[in-house]
Amino acid sequence: MGEPKRTPLFETHRALGARMVEFAGWSMPLQYTSIVEEHRAVRTSAGLFDVSHMGEVEFTGPSAFETVQRLITNDLARLRPGRALYTPMCTEEGGIVDDLIVYMVEETRFLAVVNAATTDGDYSWMKDHALPGTTVVNRSEEISLLALQGPKSLAVLQELCDAEISALPRFGLLPSCRVAGYPVMVARTGYTGEDGFEIFCSPDDAPVIWGALLEVGWHAGVRPAGLGARDTLRLEAGYLLYGQDMDRTTTPLEAGLGWTVKFEKGEFIGRAALLAQQQEGLKRRLVGMVTLERAIPRTGYRVLKDGSPIGHVTSGSYAPTLDKNIAMGYVPSDMTEPGTSLAIEIRGRAVPAEVVKLPFYKRSA
Amino acid sequence: MYPEDLRYSTEHEWARLEGDRVRVGITKFAADRLSDIVFVELPPVGTEVEFMKPFGVVESVKAVSDLYAPVSGKVVEVNEALKDHPEVLNQDPYGAGWLVVIEPADPSELQKLLGRDEYLKLIEEA
Repeated sequence: MGEPKRTPLFETHRALGARMVEFAGWSMPLQYTSIVEEHRAVRTSAGLFDVSHMGEVEFTGPSAFETVQRLITNDLARLRPGRALYTPMCTEEGGIVDDLIVYMVEETRFLAVVNAATTDGDYSWMKDHALPGTTVVNRSEEISLLALQGPKSLAVLQELCDAEISALPRFGLLPSCRVAGYPVMVARTGYTGEDGFEIFCSPDDAPVIWGALLEVGWHAGVRPAGLGARDTLRLEAGYLLYGQDMDRTTTPLEAGLGWTVKFEKGEFIGRAALLAQQQEGLKRRLVGMVTLERAIPRTGYRVLKDGSPIGHVTSGSYAPTLDKNIAMGYVPSDMTEPGTSLAIEIRGRAVPAEVVKLPFYKRSA
Repeated sequence: MYPEDLRYSTEHEWARLEGDRVRVGITKFAADRLSDIVFVELPPVGTEVEFMKPFGVVESVKAVSDLYAPVSGKVVEVNEALKDHPEVLNQDPYGAGWLVVIEPADPSELQKLLGRDEYLKLIEEA
């Protein structure tokens, strides 16, 4: 594997006292002060994340729309330039290759933001399945990505942005504006369950933009936030993590992502298999669970029903905003009703748990 | 940060001899490393614990870690306050964040633990 890769903010993180960990082949900040403090900063003010490890793949050309439309399960026809959508990308068997956000920059230009660990595999997959007339380029090295997330993110970013961003809807995109004087692309997207923005910039400019956002936001409580808080925030918000809550062995339907599978749009990779699965009925589904005692469910722990193993926890954590211990995992379809009593095996003990509706946390509008 | 009157285990527990009993906790290093401690599972009073064998668990947001007994003997006191306020472990690991008090089977066992300077060397290398 060699040395983990560094984002352009590596030295910045070190100077901020971050504890660095290896994640998906990258050296990334786990936390700067405390996961719980950073989590709270995002829920009450805003947190600034370096997510430059994520990949960006660009599709251009006269057939770019058709290429992307065939690759994803969601319906690209819902977009117009300056809009984005969340979607799985599936195998012919309906298994999830990755989950991505696709931004329509122009009619014939799309940018897909993909997971760090899957970037190379996704890029090959996308190239292999591109139609003639589409150019697929891996832009990951040329693009750095910052995420400013939380209720104060709009006010803070607006102070530094030359464009009016308050009118930008959720999943809206400004392909070309300036932040702190540097050319960027700004999108109202995120992975925390809060209002927030993602800022695409040149790696050379990332440290200065990062510094400017923290400086402007500091008195309002904006703090740098690491992967630890990113994980607890996304789990509370019911967002799935690729490689943990879904992979090639799970389908979007099983993962509770049925709302992103648009059979009516026409042909796409995995359509036949997913349609068949929907018609046959699902054998298992991803659910949210809460333990009824103070013990934290973690990835891989067994889920039990009346003493028998029925599944595994795919993600689990203490939820700082809720002060509960929460988990996601796949269980048989007849056990997915909220209120269903289950147990999670924690250190050899069956800790009572209950199925709850996802998301665990929803911000007040 | 690392009091001189304590003995330290290689698993980052501390032990303080108080008369014929031993008070046990985790070190500042361990508390900082774990950070965000949200749950502590301790054995009930009366439990027999064994030298450097797990006797409980501390859960932080990120990870679960075993607690190792720095001395063999019987648990005679448990810090019940940690049930509702596990964060005390982060704030005051040598004071209010103590875990249990053990009646040691053989107090000389404490000599097998590290002194402060040896412990400091251990965590410098960590």
